[in-house]
Amino acid sequence: MIPFLLIIVPLAGAALAPLWPNKHTRPWFLPIVGLAHVVMTFWLFLNPPAVVPGAWLAFDPLARAVLPAVSLLFFVCAIYGVTYLQVRKERPNRTFVSLLLAVLGLLSAGHQARHLGVLWIATEAVTLAAVPLLHFNGTPRAFEATWKYLLVGGTGIALSLLGSFCLGYASLHGHGDGNLTFVALMAQGVGLSRPWVLIAWVLLLVGYGTKMGLAPMHTWKPDAYGEAPGIVGALLAGGVTTVAFTALLRVRAVISAAGEGAMADRTLLVIGLFSMLVAALFLLGTRDFKRMLAYSSVEHMGILSIGAAFGPAGVGAALFHVWTNSLTKGALFLSAGNIRRAAGSASMDDVRGMGVLTPRSAALFVAGLFAVTACPPFGPFFSELRLVRAGLETGHGLAIAMFLGCLLFAFFGLTRVVFGIVDGRPRPAARKGAQHMVESPGVILPPLVLLGFSLWLGLFTPTVLTEAWAAAVAQLFPTP
Amino acid sequence: MTANLNVLIGLAMGLNLLALGSSRLPSLIRTMSLQGVLLGVMPLLMEKIDWQIALIALATVAGKGLIIPGLLRRAMRAANIEREIDPFIGYVPSLLLGATATIGAVALAQALPLLPEHAGSLLVPGAMASVLTGFILLIGRAKAIAQVCGYLILENGIYLFGLLLIHSTPLLVEAGVLLDLTVGVFVIGIIVDRIQRAFDSLDTRKLTALRE
Repeated sequence: MIPFLLIIVPLAGAALAPLWPNKHTRPWFLPIVGLAHVVMTFWLFLNPPAVVPGAWLAFDPLARAVLPAVSLLFFVCAIYGVTYLQVRKERPNRTFVSLLLAVLGLLSAGHQARHLGVLWIATEAVTLAAVPLLHFNGTPRAFEATWKYLLVGGTGIALSLLGSFCLGYASLHGHGDGNLTFVALMAQGVGLSRPWVLIAWVLLLVGYGTKMGLAPMHTWKPDAYGEAPGIVGALLAGGVTTVAFTALLRVRAVISAAGEGAMADRTLLVIGLFSMLVAALFLLGTRDFKRMLAYSSVEHMGILSIGAAFGPAGVGAALFHVWTNSLTKGALFLSAGNIRRAAGSASMDDVRGMGVLTPRSAALFVAGLFAVTACPPFGPFFSELRLVRAGLETGHGLAIAMFLGCLLFAFFGLTRVVFGIVDGRPRPAARKGAQHMVESPGVILPPLVLLGFSLWLGLFTPTVLTEAWAAAVAQLFPTP
Repeated sequence: MTANLNVLIGLAMGLNLLALGSSRLPSLIRTMSLQGVLLGVMPLLMEKIDWQIALIALATVAGKGLIIPGLLRRAMRAANIEREIDPFIGYVPSLLLGATATIGAVALAQALPLLPEHAGSLLVPGAMASVLTGFILLIGRAKAIAQVCGYLILENGIYLFGLLLIHSTPLLVEAGVLLDLTVGVFVIGIIVDRIQRAFDSLDTRKLTALRE
């Protein structure tokens, strides 16, 4: 029952929030529903339920390995959201609160989907629910970003449906009975029609890869992350991309059962390295610190894709990286949102000296920078280390060399922008603007907590988490 | 049975080319509307009609044939834009590309294994040709409404492919109706934005504040 409650409770919250009459107390829906979700998720995490093999939705090992990170991220962002919506009193928050909750419910559905069609419906619904969230600021630039997000994301989602159809036809052609749960598809294995499986993989990789933001399908990301509020960026980068990644993992397991695992791994590796390369190059060029976060997200999606290509150990490392990346990115997006509000601009050309004007947010931003560029002792360092080890063990020396090279360039790019806005003497105009900005606990503690989690995951990775990742890997790589 | 279906698919493929050659928005929208109705009728021509299939047919005719074209016309009036389409890729090159895509789709479809009951049908080439035509319009047109029409053709191609699966997994095919919802959001976005503030020409070339 609780696996369904993870979906129903946020959706019920989403339905009730618009009916709530008081605009000032409405944002409290976010942390209340978020808290309920976190409690349920972690209860399930510690007491994993038995999974009925043919179930369409279930808290299976893969959902268990990833969904708690999303839930945690949402809860912390929700606390930030209360203060944020108080600061932004001038904007209506009815749809914003409602749709944020809807996104949480749909993400829970997507992570737990064990059926090709259900997975697609959940991803499609998340894509649509996020549209008005991007448009929250109501500026022409926000409209432009939303349009691009819809056009690119809509095409991606259409292609993933076409890919799902092709996989369905592969099953039908192999005399399948029309059962499109991943378990049934994997059981059919080599019985799936091979040409259709190949076409399905290409389309699903492009489709869900667009949602993840893998290059060259990443073009919506900088605009969307650049113009959306920090809290939305954090949830897109840490939650929505994750659901697309688990979708790809589930599909890859089917492709691998059909005997094309090596081909799937090769494409994942190539597209992952290409994403990292593109991200590193754009990071060296961008002058906008919110767009910078988008390119950093592209880079980390590339890392996840590379991890997925390195066999069981690599997937384990990638699942670890999902946690460290989601929580670290959350801290970066929230602190960047604070800086953006105080500075009134997101461009390096207009912003400098934020270390003086918003010392706490700037400190968090710099610490987050070191965390996300995999400096020890933060979480991403350990997950990427595990990934490097998995790559070397599977004999991908060249790929690892390119991986490390891209990380280095990304480090240069990120530090250039971050220190460009933190250091220096603030402009007089910016000084005046920053007076309105109060670094209250409501906007400082959430990113601090997320950063703390990132540190904790790196230093003391709990055994129960390692076990959860191992169980998910066992689900994706069944021993015959 | 298949013969009748193939006639409709052939007509839909012809409408793809007509859409590529349309130079004015109203005629493009009319083409879309007609294609939507054709697509909606198709499931009724297949064997074994049950209430589920009838429902899909009804939803498709209503969605693709009436509601979306209606919304598009409303968006066009609301935005009060010029009716000229203004292509990035000219009409003749678009048509040539479209024709190449159609031929390529037929050739590729022959290389793919099909079940005996689908062997003589044009569903697979029709689907692929529509998807590619949709891409050409998406990339090759500047006006937002023309791009939405491109997306609609892309989506129609996916629907055509879905017809192959309509008997085995109706749920998956019904899920495709959600894609129409995406188009709805697109168009409503245009209308809402128009009502909120002046956005002069709906020319996506003016959406250039964000670039790298």
